[in-house]
Amino acid sequence: MLHIVNKSPLERNALESALRMVKPGSTILLIEDAVYAVTKGNKVEGTVKEAMKTCTVSALWPDLEARGMQDTVIDGVKQVDYSGFVDLVADNSSVMSWL
Amino acid sequence: MTESTGGIEMEEDMSGTVKKFAFINRKAPYGTIYALESLEVVLISAAFDQDVSLVFADDGVYQLKKGQATKAVGMKNFSPTYRALEGYDIEKLYVEKSSLDERGLTPDDLIVDVEVLDSAEMAALLEEQDVVMSF
Repeated sequence: MLHIVNKSPLERNALESALRMVKPGSTILLIEDAVYAVTKGNKVEGTVKEAMKTCTVSALWPDLEARGMQDTVIDGVKQVDYSGFVDLVADNSSVMSWL
Repeated sequence: MTESTGGIEMEEDMSGTVKKFAFINRKAPYGTIYALESLEVVLISAAFDQDVSLVFADDGVYQLKKGQATKAVGMKNFSPTYRALEGYDIEKLYVEKSSLDERGLTPDDLIVDVEVLDSAEMAALLEEQDVVMSF
């Protein structure tokens, strides 16, 4: 299952809730303001690293780049472009957006 | 049922296709339109005889709080509608336990009977759905 989060982890609890309710083995894709979650030094860096032990964490790089955060991404985070986004949706049986 | 079927049988197959739909409610009522819109879509889905589950997590659990009285704010109190869902064969209502706990609520505070799931059970429930709609 693919879980999509689009809110900054410091503004909203969407990421925190998603991580609480994902099954191990799931993929979590961070887009829009949620990409701040995978940048070094963010308050949730430890939480994200913990999630990476059981899940695949991806981030949309056009959104990282737009925010000037492309050089501070946590190691091991998979960066995808829009076509990679489409592949993730196609490869998963279902998708859930954490609005 | 692998061989191709005639028109009539085909129609029966089509009408017999039941998918598991989950509606995820994570926002409090009245502050935004999400909760009311979710309820509208849930009622529509009831007309299609699908396997519908409603999930309430985070501030979404406030949608089910007993005693809502909206007269003074001039908005429609839609909370009684949750009690009517049973009449539309929507009987699977799930609430995440930690969301209740964090808000000082228990199942007794809710206007309907719900099944309380821990986070791992909720993850499993979400995973088995064909379609997940978020509000």
